[in-house]
Amino acid sequence: MADNVTPRVRVPRDASAGDSVSVRTLISHPMESGQRRDGDGNLIPRSIINRFTCDFNGQNVIDVTLEPAISTNPYFQFDATVPESGTFQFTWYDDDGSVYEETAEITVT
Amino acid sequence: MDLSRRQFVGTGLVAAAAFFGLPSIVSAATLEEAIAAFTGGAEAGSDGITLIAPEIAENGNTVPIEVDAPGAEAIMVLAAGNPNPDVCTFNFGPLAGRQGCATRIRLAGEQDVIAIARMPDGTFKQARQNVRVTIGGCGG
Repeated sequence: MADNVTPRVRVPRDASAGDSVSVRTLISHPMESGQRRDGDGNLIPRSIINRFTCDFNGQNVIDVTLEPAISTNPYFQFDATVPESGTFQFTWYDDDGSVYEETAEITVT
Repeated sequence: MDLSRRQFVGTGLVAAAAFFGLPSIVSAATLEEAIAAFTGGAEAGSDGITLIAPEIAENGNTVPIEVDAPGAEAIMVLAAGNPNPDVCTFNFGPLAGRQGCATRIRLAGEQDVIAIARMPDGTFKQARQNVRVTIGGCGG
């Protein structure tokens, strides 16, 4: 179980139609790799976010499959094309079945 | 249900093998198997893909990397010297502004980081960069 999972995203407030904008996302999560041992030598079970997706107005921008080799607090920076004003939908899928969601609005002029 | 002793032992063994055996085979995938699973054994060219990783990473727990492969539909990142070589796979949708992404990864020690891009025409491109790590990022 992961506690205090907080997604954060950074998207420009406005852009011109057809522009490519830079999107940054960060989510606080321990990303327990399943390789570490606790003080008594027992393996700490794996608990990571295994998938991250970003959609804009229902169309996919990026879909990432994460493995335990992604660092604590997974960070992604990528570009998205924005044809019109709308909403970015960010979704993170946890090993334990939890789904974390975040949205961001952008105005295209 | 009427199971003989022999049937009972047999099904128990199969169930135990399915439970203990298969997951360990999957997680013990080697680098070659991971690459083959992605490329289907196809040869990878080296042009048209950039992998930016530091030559020396002080902390193996967060090594910043960036991959870029214009026109690719997916990029897989692998760490050759990690207990499990898989790092992540980026799949790009129709609204991707560029076929690239930056993230932070864990590296167990000095090793090669490998990025393989799958192009829409079914060809593959590969980039490789050696990274020296001062403090390993696994176990500990």
